[in-house]
Amino acid sequence: MIRRSAAAQAAALGTGEVSSEELTRAHLDRIAAVDGDLNAFLHVDEEAALTSAREVDSRRAGGEELHGLAGVPIAVKDVVVTEGTPTTAGSKILEGWIPPYDATLVRTLREAGLPMLGKTNMDEFAMGSSTESSAFGATRNPWDRERIPGGSGGGSAAAVGAYEAPLAIGTDTGGSIRQPGAVTGTVGVKPTYGSVSRYGLIAMASSLDQAGPVSRTVEDSALLHELIAGHDAHDSTSLTDPVGDFAAAARRRDVKGLRIGVISELEGEGFAPEVRARFTESLDQLERAGAEIVRVSCPNFTYALGAYYLIMPSEASSNLAKFDGMRFGLRVVPEDSPTAESVMKATRGAGFGDEVKRRILLGTYALSAGYYDAYYGSAQKVRTLVQRDFAAAYEQVDVLASPTSPTVAFRLGEKVDDPTAMYMNDIATIPANLAGVPGISLPSGLAEDGLPAGIQFLAPARADERLYQVGGALEALLEESWGGPLLAKAPELTAGGATR
Amino acid sequence: MPSIGRDDVARLADLARIQLTEEEIARFAGEFDSIMDAVASVSEVATEDVPATSHPIAMTNVFREDVVETTLTQEQALAGAPEAQNGRFAVPQILGEE
Repeated sequence: MIRRSAAAQAAALGTGEVSSEELTRAHLDRIAAVDGDLNAFLHVDEEAALTSAREVDSRRAGGEELHGLAGVPIAVKDVVVTEGTPTTAGSKILEGWIPPYDATLVRTLREAGLPMLGKTNMDEFAMGSSTESSAFGATRNPWDRERIPGGSGGGSAAAVGAYEAPLAIGTDTGGSIRQPGAVTGTVGVKPTYGSVSRYGLIAMASSLDQAGPVSRTVEDSALLHELIAGHDAHDSTSLTDPVGDFAAAARRRDVKGLRIGVISELEGEGFAPEVRARFTESLDQLERAGAEIVRVSCPNFTYALGAYYLIMPSEASSNLAKFDGMRFGLRVVPEDSPTAESVMKATRGAGFGDEVKRRILLGTYALSAGYYDAYYGSAQKVRTLVQRDFAAAYEQVDVLASPTSPTVAFRLGEKVDDPTAMYMNDIATIPANLAGVPGISLPSGLAEDGLPAGIQFLAPARADERLYQVGGALEALLEESWGGPLLAKAPELTAGGATR
Repeated sequence: MPSIGRDDVARLADLARIQLTEEEIARFAGEFDSIMDAVASVSEVATEDVPATSHPIAMTNVFREDVVETTLTQEQALAGAPEAQNGRFAVPQILGEE
């Protein structure tokens, strides 16, 4: 049962084949069996999950009209605040902190009756592409425990990929939903900026952050996206548009006449040969199904990575100023100088890890007098140029495509001492965040070392539906050629760990 | 752009209120030049005629009705405080001795 899609689990709940309590218990048992090795969860909330499962079961027994996903358990990235459940964002500075309120999306999940299994591991404050910067140890890739599961949302992707949860919530600032999806053989969607409320997300870069669904199928992401999308008065940047019928788009399985643009700047140098081969084969499948494949150029994407690594640290240096040891979280009082300023310094010095310190310092530098125009100001101009590239491309095509990540999962520790190499992982995912447009990653097949690769589609802002249309169609075509889902090819996980 | 040295990193850490060890200062000083070199290309295309974008989806001011809502109680707000006293956050000495 836990290997079924969320939609299939929901259907089984509807027919009474299984209760939410049984389903939730089955996932908790799976977590107990395999998570000691994977470390996808920072906190498992067994009692709370079972209590809410029983509630849904009794509501269903009472004949109440329930949400389609009611009773299907879910995991939530630990950057999203949850009332009464510890929330650390992967940082020592928040160890033991229990938020006094729920993020809007968490409240939505609770009201719809999705039992929350726990909080998933992540790079500290979502800064990283491997979960190795988590203060509580890296998450391991279910396909190979010596490899990274991507980041920052490696915990959510690994949990879904290892059948510990059918659904999870991620957040994507520069690729943190899509890149983990690509390297774990799962599906992840970064919605249009503002589609899902940011209220209760611990902010890294407010103009880039966006929460979205993580799942094993395109349809499941569509169902979860429909649930969590919508205007929220607590987030003035959230969109007021009506939510689209994403699940219907995912089920359409029709790409006849759809124009797909291949971004020339994101398929050549730096992309591994087999990752590129799976990408090209995926496009061939879509072409045979009636889609039109066009080449487009987005020349300013070359500068997107640089702009991102100026804007993101700048916004982060400001957002993370609130972690000062005064009102919540860690407080370290130096014996020789107990003034507020030295307490702040000691607290932040002890509470933040390397990557967080690095980015706060870089952001402070980029925003400092004398450098502001050259760095932050220029980066904001590049943002305009990237948006113009997208606008020009969408005049010719309906969606854009590229490999999600340049390589398959790399080995734990391989890039941890080389920040510039680590930042290159985000090269294909970052442009969408700079422009606020939506993107999906889904498996394209097995590439180097027999590990999964991902294909990314991007759509114009507010046209998230197109992602589900093309994603659902490609998923069906590829699964037919593979004889089943890609995850079925992953090694079995046992209590002693996967053998490979 | 000038190179970022040990003293610059120490000054930035001071501005950002982060206590660093000597080892950390040396390590970051060794990394920052290559990171800033990698991002400096943005100035090549950021010409005068290009407007800046600070927010991805164009929006004008967003308002809501000014109505009183339930918010956190004083007790909830203080629940995570490292130290609280008489219903308030207790913080270390803020002003100097004089």
